[in-house]
Amino acid sequence: MLLIECPYCGPRDEYEFSYGGEAHIVRPKHPEKLSDEEWADYLFLRTNPKGAYRERWCHAHGCRRWFNVERDTLSHQIIAVYEMGAEPPRAARKGGSKP
Amino acid sequence: MSDQQFRLADGGRIDRERPLRFTFNGRELSGYEGDTVASALLANGLHLVSRSFKYHRPRGVLSDGSEEPNALVQLGVGAYTQPNIRATQAELYQGLIAESQNCWPSVDLDVGAVNDFLSPIFPAGFYYKTFMWPKSFWIRYEYFIRKMAGLGKAPASADPDYYDKMHVHCDVLVLGAGPAGLAAALAAGRTGARVMLADEQMEPGGYLLGRKVAINDRPAMEWVDNSIEELKSMADVRVLTRTTALAYFDHNYLTLLERVTDHLGPDANGDRPRQRLWKVRAKQVVLATGSHERPLVFRNNDRPGVMLASAAQAYLNRFAVRPGREAVVFTNNDSAYQAASDLVKGGVQCTIVDVRPEPPDELRAAARKQNIDVLSGHGVISAAGTKRVTGVDVSSLNATASGYHDAPRHLKCDLVLMSGGWNPAVHLYSQSRGKLEFDASRACFVPGESVQAERSAGACNGTFDLAFCLSEGREAGKAAAASAGFRSKSSSSSPKVESSPETPIRAVWRMPPKDPGGRYNKHFVDFQHDVTAADVDLAYREGYRSVEHLKRYTTMGMGTDQGKTSNVNALAILAEISNADIPTVGTTTFRPPYTPATFGALAGRDVGELADPVRMTPMHQWHLAHGAKFEDVGQWKRPWYYPKAGESMEEALSRECKATRNAIGILDASTLGKIDIQGPDVAEFLNRIYTNGWSKLAVGRCRYGLMCTEDGMVFDDGVTSRLAENHFLMTTTSGNAARVLAWLEEWLQTEWPELRVYCNSVTEHWATAGIAGPLARKLLSELTSDIDLDSKAFPFMSWREGTVAGIPARVMRISFTGELSFEINVQSSYGLALWTSLMSAGAKYGITPFGTETMHILRAEKGFIIAGQETDGTVTPVDLGLEGMVSKHKDFLGKRSLSRPDTLREDRKQLVGLLTEDPRQVLPEGGQIVAELKSKPPMKMIGHVTSSYFSANLDRSIALALVKGGRSRHGETVHVPLENKVVSARIGPPHFYDVEGERMHG
Repeated sequence: MLLIECPYCGPRDEYEFSYGGEAHIVRPKHPEKLSDEEWADYLFLRTNPKGAYRERWCHAHGCRRWFNVERDTLSHQIIAVYEMGAEPPRAARKGGSKP
Repeated sequence: MSDQQFRLADGGRIDRERPLRFTFNGRELSGYEGDTVASALLANGLHLVSRSFKYHRPRGVLSDGSEEPNALVQLGVGAYTQPNIRATQAELYQGLIAESQNCWPSVDLDVGAVNDFLSPIFPAGFYYKTFMWPKSFWIRYEYFIRKMAGLGKAPASADPDYYDKMHVHCDVLVLGAGPAGLAAALAAGRTGARVMLADEQMEPGGYLLGRKVAINDRPAMEWVDNSIEELKSMADVRVLTRTTALAYFDHNYLTLLERVTDHLGPDANGDRPRQRLWKVRAKQVVLATGSHERPLVFRNNDRPGVMLASAAQAYLNRFAVRPGREAVVFTNNDSAYQAASDLVKGGVQCTIVDVRPEPPDELRAAARKQNIDVLSGHGVISAAGTKRVTGVDVSSLNATASGYHDAPRHLKCDLVLMSGGWNPAVHLYSQSRGKLEFDASRACFVPGESVQAERSAGACNGTFDLAFCLSEGREAGKAAAASAGFRSKSSSSSPKVESSPETPIRAVWRMPPKDPGGRYNKHFVDFQHDVTAADVDLAYREGYRSVEHLKRYTTMGMGTDQGKTSNVNALAILAEISNADIPTVGTTTFRPPYTPATFGALAGRDVGELADPVRMTPMHQWHLAHGAKFEDVGQWKRPWYYPKAGESMEEALSRECKATRNAIGILDASTLGKIDIQGPDVAEFLNRIYTNGWSKLAVGRCRYGLMCTEDGMVFDDGVTSRLAENHFLMTTTSGNAARVLAWLEEWLQTEWPELRVYCNSVTEHWATAGIAGPLARKLLSELTSDIDLDSKAFPFMSWREGTVAGIPARVMRISFTGELSFEINVQSSYGLALWTSLMSAGAKYGITPFGTETMHILRAEKGFIIAGQETDGTVTPVDLGLEGMVSKHKDFLGKRSLSRPDTLREDRKQLVGLLTEDPRQVLPEGGQIVAELKSKPPMKMIGHVTSSYFSANLDRSIALALVKGGRSRHGETVHVPLENKVVSARIGPPHFYDVEGERMHG
């Protein structure tokens, strides 16, 4: 079970959180202008990397705040935690580091 | 009865002041406190403990610990009983009752043993090959296989005990209280770190419990006792015995199982839990889990009386039990020499058979001093005897250990001790995702690099020498504490012990058969699952080359012991057969739990009433008192219907439905999800969330809304009221309230943080009584003086604030039944008062409480959908015929998806009404609909029934259904094939009653 550092509450067990899938997927401003393919891409297609992955978590059984996590999907190492709307931290942007 | 004739006169760690009586297979026996079931059986000369899984071969005690594959017993009787308990771990208590497993009528005379003679027809993969044809017969075969197979029996009645859970944090968790673990815990504890030390045995000491070694020139157990005393004196150190680490999960999260009162038996546990599951989050972990001795693989190596050398040594030293009179000690390494030496001192004659042509001189010299014969360069070919070993055939091995130089020589013995080297207990390290490395000189897998914050120390790290164990443990404890932020204040040195050089083992993974080309079919590798070296060979020949495939095909390592004694032997034999090296073959994956755990321990207190919370409305007691039958809606208990004495469900529903349509009914609607939404941007927010528009909703008005997910599928629906310019109250489906709140919060926080909108769940703040029917206005007018109920002043889909029965209330004029209807919301604490006031004032009008079933019937008559019943995540608003609710003037979640090619398909499943040809016939919900009937399946399914009831008001059955292209099929007849009949029905519009809606608008 992961130990996740909620930016607002501190480290908590995974079961206090709910998962929100890939981060930094922005809802298109004008969906009506998108082709079916572009809309399907926003709607359904997600990356599935082996390694560093930026994803959204919500402290559902705590402060109920959403935030971003960068996690290594192979080792489950959490590389960075940052607030919703923030840019990924610089170190994290380079990709996953070995635990 | 000659009691405990194999017990030594003195010594051991048993308490001779506390004799205990117990029964094994109905036989009265005795032992002492401090015994395990296995040691007590051996003290009484009993080696035959069980029968094996497949061939029903007699089996005895192999080990002295949790790795035991053979000596499994059914422990205790009645509700307390537990199957597959390792006799080598179960502690003896007064009155203990144990039974052999897997045998009938008895372990001595077992009918199933015929399988042993038939073993040529039960090779690896036997079940797969034999019972798969014809396919339809499997179900019949399975019945008999299940009867024959399986080990113990699960208890038939409810567990009388309770189980606890603990959630703890610590700086350093040390697993194993042998020399390395104790040294680690001491070193870490002395820094002031919070330390937990857990060990699965009844007392700390690990392998020292079974050895006669000195630490600081005193018996090792004195050092153990002193260490424990020091640890217990530390403020932040917790020592747990009888506690097995089951699993090592991500981020240093581990579960440990403490057997709190198992060792006391059913009558002496007081009010304490039987077991306790510890969930530990550790900053650092030190693994000091020791090692398991490996069996050697020779013919009939599974006979009772054949055991591990270290186990025999432990039975002698720790339990003062002589496991036999004459022993052959068969080894490929140094460690068995000490075992033989101890056994000779305990009065057991020993002969050592060492596969190594040149064992170390000093070991041979020491053996000679004790008159122990050493046959170097020899191997045991086979064991003789059935229910107890009676001797072995030995011979000198050739240089490649592929055959023998001489004719076999028979040695008489009643005990064969095997020492095939040692397997570090790397299970937890592997579970932590660490990769194993192969140590060729010791022929074992050892931990490689750490993946998580853990260190291995001592025998589990491949360090078998006591002096090194102690120093490695100390260093690991210090380093773990330092990594957790605790520095050592004082320097202390390791205790003094004698170190002995270790010479390499000679790995002979399977002893060659007597004759060249002979068979390996009685060379057991996995004792519990009866997998032989011949099975490994067969699996390889049939193409199962990967060790994972070998495991699944032969079931090697898949027993309750998970192959602790067999895995390395099996993969080494596979490597030998396939001419690969052992690291290339690799190991199978180690998975939790390390030893079996009961469901009781995993469930803890979350059973019965505590398994899931129950939510009740403020009016619940009234419903109970008035005989309501309840329905579970999410966690809510909702009245389903209110049968009167002698009334059937059908009769009650008919009465409730008619009363509501003709006079007045009352429904407890408190469970409806309620979300209070405030802020200047709420109307804009609702525009984005709902498919319909909200900007123009006036204060005082209510509106029905539909919510979609981004894929355009209906997610929830409900009425939202504008309480003030910047204040709305949203209602949701009862079972969906939490999901809807989470959905709103997600969009506000992640996508639209600029919107000034704040959501709060107020579901439980309000109690709601809905009154519906032609007399609803009349009744309400008698209970309120400050709300104008005139239809012009208080139109449909609006709300008013005032008092009802003297209680401050929000009254909403909305309707789910299709009748004139008011939903009266009051603070929860007034809920029951409101309800009883309405009931007494309404009595003269025949006010009738109705439950969810009548509500469902009435709304179905009107064709109102229920999210989750008419919808299943694949239904769009258009599919439901609600295109009128889909705004063309704004964007909303899911809108773009409604113009995807798939959502535009004309043959999508659409909501329709169904009227059966026989009006008495009620279709089953979920019934599959076909257009073309055939005599038998397969038939092309074009839809399914979503809601179906008998409508008393219409005096016929009605149903709603989703049917492909349904809207253009009105008037067509379709069929619902059921088990014994076919029901035909006509498709029509999805509403059956008051289509114009005059009643609710009136």
